[in-house]
Amino acid sequence: MKKLLTGNEAVARGAYEAGITFASAYPGTPSTEILENIAPYKKDITAEWAPNEKVALESAIGASIVGARSFAAMKQVGVNVAADPLFSFAYTGCNGGIVLVSADEPGIHSSQNEQDNRYYAKFAKVPMLEPSNSQEAKDMVKSGIDISERFGTLTLLRMTTRICHSKSIVQLSEREEVEKKPYIKNPEKYATTPAYAKKMRVEIEERLKRLKEFSDETELNYFEWNDKNIGIISSGVAYQHAKEVFGNKASYLKLGFTFPLPMKKIKEFASQVETLYVIEEVEPFIEEQIKAEGINCIGKEKIPNIGELNADIIRKSLLGEDRPTIQYDSSDVVSRPPTLCAGCPHRGLFYELSKKKNIIVTGDIGCYGLGVADPLNTVDTIICMGASVSTGHGVQKALSRYNDDMRAVAVIGDSTFFHTGMNSLLDIAYNKSNTVTIILDNRTTGMTGHQDNPGTGYTLQGEEARDLDIPTLCKAIGIKHVKVVNPLQLDEVKEALDWALKLQEPSVIITRWPCVLKRHSELDKKEFGDYIGLCVVEEEKCIGCKKCIKTGCPALQFDKESKKVRIDKVQCVGCEVCVQVCPVDAIKKVGE
Amino acid sequence: MSEVKNILLVGVGGQGTILASKILSTGLIEAGYDVKMSEIHGMSQRGGSVTTQVRYGEEVYSPIIDKGQADILVAFEKMEGLRWLGHLNPNGKIVVNDYKIPSAPILTGKKDYPERIIERIEEKVNTTVLDAAGIAEGLGNARTMNIVLFGALVKAMGLTDIDWEAIIKKTVKEKFGDINIEALKSGMNSL
Repeated sequence: MKKLLTGNEAVARGAYEAGITFASAYPGTPSTEILENIAPYKKDITAEWAPNEKVALESAIGASIVGARSFAAMKQVGVNVAADPLFSFAYTGCNGGIVLVSADEPGIHSSQNEQDNRYYAKFAKVPMLEPSNSQEAKDMVKSGIDISERFGTLTLLRMTTRICHSKSIVQLSEREEVEKKPYIKNPEKYATTPAYAKKMRVEIEERLKRLKEFSDETELNYFEWNDKNIGIISSGVAYQHAKEVFGNKASYLKLGFTFPLPMKKIKEFASQVETLYVIEEVEPFIEEQIKAEGINCIGKEKIPNIGELNADIIRKSLLGEDRPTIQYDSSDVVSRPPTLCAGCPHRGLFYELSKKKNIIVTGDIGCYGLGVADPLNTVDTIICMGASVSTGHGVQKALSRYNDDMRAVAVIGDSTFFHTGMNSLLDIAYNKSNTVTIILDNRTTGMTGHQDNPGTGYTLQGEEARDLDIPTLCKAIGIKHVKVVNPLQLDEVKEALDWALKLQEPSVIITRWPCVLKRHSELDKKEFGDYIGLCVVEEEKCIGCKKCIKTGCPALQFDKESKKVRIDKVQCVGCEVCVQVCPVDAIKKVGE
Repeated sequence: MSEVKNILLVGVGGQGTILASKILSTGLIEAGYDVKMSEIHGMSQRGGSVTTQVRYGEEVYSPIIDKGQADILVAFEKMEGLRWLGHLNPNGKIVVNDYKIPSAPILTGKKDYPERIIERIEEKVNTTVLDAAGIAEGLGNARTMNIVLFGALVKAMGLTDIDWEAIIKKTVKEKFGDINIEALKSGMNSL
């Protein structure tokens, strides 16, 4: 059967066909849909959202050690979080086959950086596969498991946004049912004490030699001979862009298995073509290794290492060609930045926080990162998952040492708090900084499209689970001052902020209200009810002061001609934040 | 070898471009084409620009449409049409929905929505203007605006041999089948 699948859907299908029985991940663009599409194979695969990527990979490692085929998926920066077990597990090696997906983000569509995770394969010395379309994405999960079991190591499957989110046609196959391999107690293999690790270190180099030979033999790396004036070495989506430009007017060495590289094949290819181009997205990972072997090639000296690659860029960089486009004035086209949705529970918090003077707000990864933008302009820093809390701690410690009375306020979402914020809060309690930590508990993992987490009461595969009690947790960690507020009630928020900023000890404020886009669970319905009615402006009362506009609600528009504000009926959910902000009571709720 | 054709759909998150492209790609596969389709997810749900790129032919390589290479640009929102005009082939066509969604800088009064968008596009390229929202409301459901535009798209691309009605019936919820088929017909007849 043939189906049009995204790369992520194809990987999920590949996990099913490859006989994988355990899969774990933490959501992150562009990888999220992989586990979401594995989850329905309930009968065959245990699929889980882990609290973070390190936990996801470590769980998959455990499943592999006892002999099951296992799988983990994460976005590029997630692999940084999981790097610790990755490097050690490269030493011990696996039992059941195991594939780790790294979904990289050239172009930084929804990330904080553009790191090229192919270097992780070289760094950790594990084999790597790079699919160039959905069919390969599916098939390479199976190849990855085969390679993993044949060479006794985890295989890295490196995807990029355009592979993850583009659809192409995939031929489906049946699932391969395999028995769990036996587990035999063997600390020399699985316990990385220094004495054993030294032996493993030697074995890794032996394994790499075998993998190099495999790279030269495997059909995952193949020649496409055409005209030999131009030869192109490429992998992943860059290969598709290269074909778009050169078609059958060049020869190709298409690499699917990109670490270790097939140097014999590369040398043979280089010797037969006149000009050799290495076309790759982001960093010169392949090019550097080819040049280190003394082979001449053209790559990043012409093709930029910043941003997503496309056929236009290749054509212009290598051939100096530009194709005609419509010439027109686009200078007045206004940007369309993402905004907090109408009814977003984060709005009330940021609105009140933006009025506080002499604070530094350390932010985190999630929708509330939008608090950095106009008109809320509240957040000062965004570093990485969980960093708001620990950065806030460092800020507060340094400020206090210098007798600066500025205060640190950390802002973090529920899922991000469970990810890596909890350890940071422990640091605040232990090392005693009077940082104010605000946990924006919107009852879901919002930015990536509403995944369950340890706080929602449900698992990825829809089972009921215990919902973590955040106030109790904070108190157990050692925070004495903990308050839960409804972020749609501005006076409650204001009061809590005033309270926390006066304290000379660490405090936590939890803003508890579900994401406005979330489909309410049974638990949510009981606690929060439904949105009823919406807000309207009484035009004769509106004085055009734009105070409500400062909340950044996209349902509100200031009309320049009438100098009044209008509320879009379609977007408004009746959260009433604007009602509370209006100084002349010109906004009222109707339809309740 | 049949030439690869490029369809670019642009709009704003929540306008239904994704459903339209799903129906489109299903039909193209049933007609025997190789198809690649590319979308950018992530922050688009928060009111950002949304683009869907569909490429079809005998064999498609890149999933992305280059600048100046779209055979047709369907703008679900007119400022998005102006934003993406550089991706349209100078000999291509644009179907533009005469529909306005102001972005955040416009809502707060910091920027103005561009003027004379339709006229400016018409001066440059073969243009079809549709009041898809009005047509959809006339049919009794404003949310079928996307299928009105889809109807215009398949007519403009000469893809009328494909049984779109059957595909729509299979794709949308049963109770919305008939109204979406009416929307398809209205869109096709608008050209």
